[in-house]
Amino acid sequence: MSAPSSNTASYQGQEFLLPASNLFIASSLLLALLLNWLPWQGIWLAMRPDFAALVLLYWCTHKPYRVGIGIAWMVGILADVADASLFGQHALAYSVLAFGGVVLYRRVQMFDLRQQTLQVLPLFLLAQTVYAAVHWQINGHVVWEYFIGSVVSAALWIPLALLLQSLRRPRADSDLS
Amino acid sequence: MAHMEHTRSFRFFNRGPSQGARLVFFVLLSILLLFIDARFKYLEFARSTLFIPINALQRLATLPSVLWQEAGEYLVAQTQLVQDNAQLHQQSLEQSARLQQLQILQAEVAQLRNLLAVQQRAEYPMQLAEVIYLERDIFKRKILLNKGSTDNVLLGQIVIDDTGVVGQVTRVYPWGSEVTLITDKDHAVPVQVLRNGLRAIAFGSGGAADITLRYTPISAEIEVGDVLVTSGIDGTYPPGLPVARVTQVERNPAYPFARITCTPLAGVDKNRQLLILAGLPKLPGRPDPEIETNTPKAKKGTRKIP
Repeated sequence: MSAPSSNTASYQGQEFLLPASNLFIASSLLLALLLNWLPWQGIWLAMRPDFAALVLLYWCTHKPYRVGIGIAWMVGILADVADASLFGQHALAYSVLAFGGVVLYRRVQMFDLRQQTLQVLPLFLLAQTVYAAVHWQINGHVVWEYFIGSVVSAALWIPLALLLQSLRRPRADSDLS
Repeated sequence: MAHMEHTRSFRFFNRGPSQGARLVFFVLLSILLLFIDARFKYLEFARSTLFIPINALQRLATLPSVLWQEAGEYLVAQTQLVQDNAQLHQQSLEQSARLQQLQILQAEVAQLRNLLAVQQRAEYPMQLAEVIYLERDIFKRKILLNKGSTDNVLLGQIVIDDTGVVGQVTRVYPWGSEVTLITDKDHAVPVQVLRNGLRAIAFGSGGAADITLRYTPISAEIEVGDVLVTSGIDGTYPPGLPVARVTQVERNPAYPFARITCTPLAGVDKNRQLLILAGLPKLPGRPDPEIETNTPKAKKGTRKIP
């Protein structure tokens, strides 16, 4: 973990960021899962963004060689167990999402945050389509409300990116190790 | 490898399988898992193992909302409790007043019931007996009870259940007694139609659940659905015990008597516990032998018992 990457800071004028440690990535993913598992109810449940997908896509587009399809798949398995959905349902959706993020990471980083939102929205919709397709195959009906959640997820892209960047920004007194 | 991975030039070197290959691998793995999980139940163990830590995390996630709810309940409770307390206090007062009335009523009912029981016992003392043996011969409707002469069971006593007459004690052993059921072919009961008081004699037909009224004229006023009770004539049966219900009336002008079929009201071949009416009703003074021979009907009905 020595040099800050050249490609993460290609927007916003070569900002210097701390390298993301494995612990930081893992805890952010865990926190996202915990947010997913909050007891959402009623209208909030329909509008619930998929925090895990959001954080996964962030890491896939910023650290594509550290967080990839494999990690996305494992996160999906955890989400499957927690949701009591079929094994592999979330895993399949997250794998597709991570693939999209890893393949398009350079393209996404070309844009500023607002334009990035429009870039990640199709990825969320694609992952949600995969999830809904599996749901349709098993339960025989499509739940359209899930797609509201992906739009909300895309809308949360800017706050999330700003938050994670601010956490990776070096403090004045801390030295690089 | 970690220190090189951010450098763009190293992308050209081998980093393991390409992203497309990885995607295909994980998609296939997911679909395989989906298929196995949907079709078979092999993955329950893995699921339950993974569920333990995940469930702990889920509880952690729900903890703030649970705490919030509990705190809210605690604060609401203070005002609510005072109200509830007052309301419950009033309710308890009202209910205790009602309870006193209820207790008085209960005492009254108990007393009445005692009186009733005393009266009943004075008329027909009865004892409970259990069926221990059934006659094997299908043409003889007889059962063996577990009470005999040591329990003061006498010949000719009536056996009933809670709904009607079952039969009559026809043989007494020291520790058992044989009961001939009212459906037995040789058994007769003097009866009366409850509706109009018409007298008749009910004979067993030998079948499991059939009684016939023989020697009843065609003109006799008996309808389907009539209830037959013991008439008490000649003193063997106490009056008023339900016996049977008429199920079929066949009036053929070629014969002098109507064919009337009845079903016993008592569970003649159902119950295991039966009651033996211990005290026979007091016989009125016996009429002269000549008169008795003049009334074969009554004789037929009551002279079953030697």
